[in-house]
Amino acid sequence: MGDSSLHVLKGINLYVEKGEMVAIMGSSGSGKSTLLNIIGILDELDSGEYTLDGIEIKDLTEKKAAQYRNKFLGFVFQSFNLINFKNALENVALPLYYQGLKRKERQEKAMFHLQKVGLADWSTHLPNELSGGQKQRVAIARALAAEPKLLLADEPTGALDSATSQEIMQFLQQLNDEGKTILIVTHEEDISLMCKRIVRLKDGVIMEDKKIKQNRLV
Amino acid sequence: MFRFLFDIDTWQELKESLTKNKLRTVITMIGVWWGILLLIGLLGSAKGIENKFSVQFGDYATNSVFIWGQSTSMAFKGYQEGRFPRLKFSHLEKIKNQVRGIKFLLPRNARDAQVVRGVQYASFTMSGDFPLLDQIQKKNLIAGRFINRSDINESKKIAVISDDVVKQLFDADEEAIGDFIKINEISYKVVGVFEQGDFDFGGQLHIPFTTFQKVYNQGDNIGWITVTGEDGFNIRQLEKDVKLVLKNLNYVHPDDNRAFGSFNLGELFERFEGFLMGMQFLTWFVGIATLIAGVFAIGNILLITVKERTKEIGIRRAIGATPFEIKRQIVIESIFLTIIAGIFGIISGGWILIAMDSAYGSGPDSVLINASVPIIVVFISVIILVVFGTLIGLIPANRATSIKPIDALREE
Repeated sequence: MGDSSLHVLKGINLYVEKGEMVAIMGSSGSGKSTLLNIIGILDELDSGEYTLDGIEIKDLTEKKAAQYRNKFLGFVFQSFNLINFKNALENVALPLYYQGLKRKERQEKAMFHLQKVGLADWSTHLPNELSGGQKQRVAIARALAAEPKLLLADEPTGALDSATSQEIMQFLQQLNDEGKTILIVTHEEDISLMCKRIVRLKDGVIMEDKKIKQNRLV
Repeated sequence: MFRFLFDIDTWQELKESLTKNKLRTVITMIGVWWGILLLIGLLGSAKGIENKFSVQFGDYATNSVFIWGQSTSMAFKGYQEGRFPRLKFSHLEKIKNQVRGIKFLLPRNARDAQVVRGVQYASFTMSGDFPLLDQIQKKNLIAGRFINRSDINESKKIAVISDDVVKQLFDADEEAIGDFIKINEISYKVVGVFEQGDFDFGGQLHIPFTTFQKVYNQGDNIGWITVTGEDGFNIRQLEKDVKLVLKNLNYVHPDDNRAFGSFNLGELFERFEGFLMGMQFLTWFVGIATLIAGVFAIGNILLITVKERTKEIGIRRAIGATPFEIKRQIVIESIFLTIIAGIFGIISGGWILIAMDSAYGSGPDSVLINASVPIIVVFISVIILVVFGTLIGLIPANRATSIKPIDALREE
């Protein structure tokens, strides 16, 4: 926190197509989290421009920013960030609540997405009754619930063991196959190899930006 | 704008966040509950004490003064000091003519009374009275009647006695009315029984004024007079004026303050009223201060809560809650807690008043009578609570949304 104007990103030029699956790599301090926050409209950019689905994201009011986040973006965090006093279904339904959907519609949609991540039977469980992998799947279901244009994942496997990580990544690949645009911030090499494109950051600039042959999980 | 109030989801959210955080919900509510409880308890007791006073004074014309003769302290017009000026029946007409604002002027006589009935014996004070006494000092008659005009005209040997006298002289199953008692060796027929009040000056036995005059050879002399003022006349001024006339009639120096003694009930009553007003002010002050403290308790706890919930709020904002929606939720929580706790406070405050009433509120020794709070006061204090609850809820709400979602999410 604070007003210090530290320049973390120093000239980033990045264009992501619809349907891409991009890994943003970099050691800590490289600016990858800051980039993700700007893309996620959680942070504001000092200079430059950012266009999301044809809309320029600039000088937004908090209200507008919230609406854009709700409409365009789905977040998956390293620490899951589920609301711990809401059960799985309620967590998934929350973005729909802020979209102003009717209760019944919300429940249905949330259930559909829970089903999609394979947790329909766990819908009434609270987050602390779920395993790490299950939590992350609930978080993914929540991110998908609002049917966003872009899925942003910040170290989605950072808190998971390798078997569970594989499982999550496999699921993200599936989503991508269905046409969802996904951006994953990670520092794990093997995770990045499961994406279709790797963007390496160092000290706030793009070191490397290459398309790769995706390491498919089955 | 207020459509959300009828939205089941709003209440679902509220229920979740309150029931999943039971401790803070309970603590917050205790703050408000306690404030309302104290306010109602205090206001109710103050009202009870006030009622008690007004019941005590209620039967009495409160703008009254009693005046009697003492001894002079100054020589005047050839008379030595140390003389005993007497109140005379013939003075009354002159006082009435010379002093403005007198409603009633009542002469009374009193002396000790040895009362005997059969083998029962007791000592009381008796007084010779006019029917008018019943108007100045309302007698609570339990049975029979008070002295009437014909008793005075015919100097009847009748007596109106207090319940206390009846208790001491009669058995429980005996009827006092129509029976005879001996007061200082003379037989009187009992015609009325009254309940002794707290401000009954003049004793437990009343006989007709004229009877008293004849039996005790009073002639023109009067023991003391009760002066009651008309509405709008200052009772202290009236006391001064009547005394001045009396001094003039008795050849007493105008500055001789010892010649006539007095007891000013109106002045006493004024002092009581002042005391009551002071008490009420204090009650309100303490009550409102407590309420405000309660409201601050809510604000404080909500503030802590918001700190605790920073992350939750961050998550909500990341998935699309607008600042207004966050604020609305917090303010609704605040108002809801205040209202519910306020209602509990009102109910338990009512219980406390009922308990006080049943413990101290009945019988002659009651401390409080009908301890109660006007419903409008309760209503207004709840509204004040809600308004302040809302305002105070805005502080944490603003804080919650002033944190950037990204900072909120980073907080561990």
